[in-house]
Amino acid sequence: MNTHESAIASVPPVRQPARGRKKRGLTQKIGFAALAACMAANIFFLGAIIFFIGLKGLGAINWAFLTQAPRDAMTAGGVAPAIVGTLYLTLGAIMFALPLGVASAVYLTEYSPKGWIVNLLRVSVNNLAGVPSVVFGLFGLTVFVKYMGFGVSIISGSLTLGILALPVIISASQEALVAVPQSIREASLALGATQWETIRKVVLPAALPGILTGVILSVGRVAGETAPILFTAAAFYVKGYPDSPFSEVMALPYHIYALMTEGTHPEEQTRIAYGSSLILLALVLSVSMIAIFIRQRQRKTYHA
Amino acid sequence: MHDTMVDYEKQMGLENFHPSLVKGPVGINMNSLGEADLFGSEPKIDARGVNFYYGSKKALNNINLGFLPRRVTAIIGPSGCGKSTFIRLLNRMHELVPGTRLEGEILLDGLDITGPACDAAELRKRVGMVFQKPNPFPKTIFENVAYGLEVNGVTDKELIRGKVIDSLKKAALWGEVKDRLKDSALGLSGGQQQRLCIARCLAVEPEVILFDEPCASLDPISTGKIEELILELKKEYTIIIVTHNMQQAARVSDRTAFFLMGELIEEGRTERIFKAPRDKRTEDYITGRFG
Repeated sequence: MNTHESAIASVPPVRQPARGRKKRGLTQKIGFAALAACMAANIFFLGAIIFFIGLKGLGAINWAFLTQAPRDAMTAGGVAPAIVGTLYLTLGAIMFALPLGVASAVYLTEYSPKGWIVNLLRVSVNNLAGVPSVVFGLFGLTVFVKYMGFGVSIISGSLTLGILALPVIISASQEALVAVPQSIREASLALGATQWETIRKVVLPAALPGILTGVILSVGRVAGETAPILFTAAAFYVKGYPDSPFSEVMALPYHIYALMTEGTHPEEQTRIAYGSSLILLALVLSVSMIAIFIRQRQRKTYHA
Repeated sequence: MHDTMVDYEKQMGLENFHPSLVKGPVGINMNSLGEADLFGSEPKIDARGVNFYYGSKKALNNINLGFLPRRVTAIIGPSGCGKSTFIRLLNRMHELVPGTRLEGEILLDGLDITGPACDAAELRKRVGMVFQKPNPFPKTIFENVAYGLEVNGVTDKELIRGKVIDSLKKAALWGEVKDRLKDSALGLSGGQQQRLCIARCLAVEPEVILFDEPCASLDPISTGKIEELILELKKEYTIIIVTHNMQQAARVSDRTAFFLMGELIEEGRTERIFKAPRDKRTEDYITGRFG
């Protein structure tokens, strides 16, 4: 013990040469500046998107645009049926993917025996996230539209979009569940709760903010996808509003795509397409806001 | 009182008793016979011939140890001696770690708790646990204490409220939280959180409370409060506390067990263990020669 102490005392304190210190300070400054520049570039692109879509789209938007159906071969009127259609498709997809995704994540993190099968499942889920969306569209056409006989409909589109959202929701939920400290699981079990009660009453509520982050991300993706609904749900023009889950619908992303590629009045159609884009942005943002609101409330109640 | 005990030991000829002198058959708790406790009765919990393995590594070797009702028993020993491992067997928390194996018997009121006939969740209602680090749920203070009642099927709102208040009072926390029951438990200080965890445990009305180094992460003032609380609680409960703080063991416990490298070296009245340890290794440990 004593020999150690004296050994430490005899070593002269390390002093950095002045030049070295200066150099390190400079390196640090350059590093921070580079990071700040990257951040600024990000903000710039985000701002530019909102700015240009706003610039070109805002002119098209008025009350009638939001509440009326298209008229005069898509050159006038509004996009109300497409807004409604996108809302239905998005909500349908989340209603399908959220319970299924969370349940899968709970199984994978809490129940399944650890081993190569689970790892394989995990890898598969992540690979699913990388599958191009048009492939999901073809899958939806084969399975939901044809094989299950749902036809080109809201339900076929929602299920296809749901499958697209599943990997995002599963991996976000898994991360959120893994982040719940083992100590509070133990606390619950030590009070005589079963594993299921522990998951339902302690682990899931604690993981909810993280799960909702997954939902927010997938809402953005689902609402904006065109390819998966191309063959499964969307129509260029449908008279009136959908009256059942088996109706064909108009949807904003497909509407934009169609306006830009078909029709005979490109000028008018482009204006409406930009207007629709702005609406789509606002729609995604407001659906996300609901999830963000729930998440914040949860955090306030449960986390100091 | 202590003199009486010493006399009693002399009368019984147990003065020079040494656990290692007993070569009894496995399954008879020689240690708890070793030193009588005047108030003693049947042990509330009795571990007999317990061996425990993590995979192929033996972590506990032939532990025979009984715990008397309404007494505080401290388990001391250096890090890695198996003391925490041991108390986690008493409410079967060891089952959360895969690949472990338990041999021997652990009796609660004379009935074996190690077998499949005993339901772990039911056992844990009777044998509560307070952990090393305060681990309140990320819920409100009220919900934390009510949780155990809810999972045990209590639905009467008034009854739950009554028990929550009662438990918070017993845990000496009521005065500090009575106006903020709906605030997050995570806003409490570390010491308050630990007393909340004790209140949460008391609400389920256990018979035994296991404390696994409950003050390891607390400041001296909070530690003092927890120790006072333990002394108060022993009037009603059987208390087992793992600690690596020997002063703490001396302050709160009636009996002390010393573990070393997975073996029980010595067990007896706390005063006797600290004043006249019978094993050289116990003496070395409590005089600070190692650990």
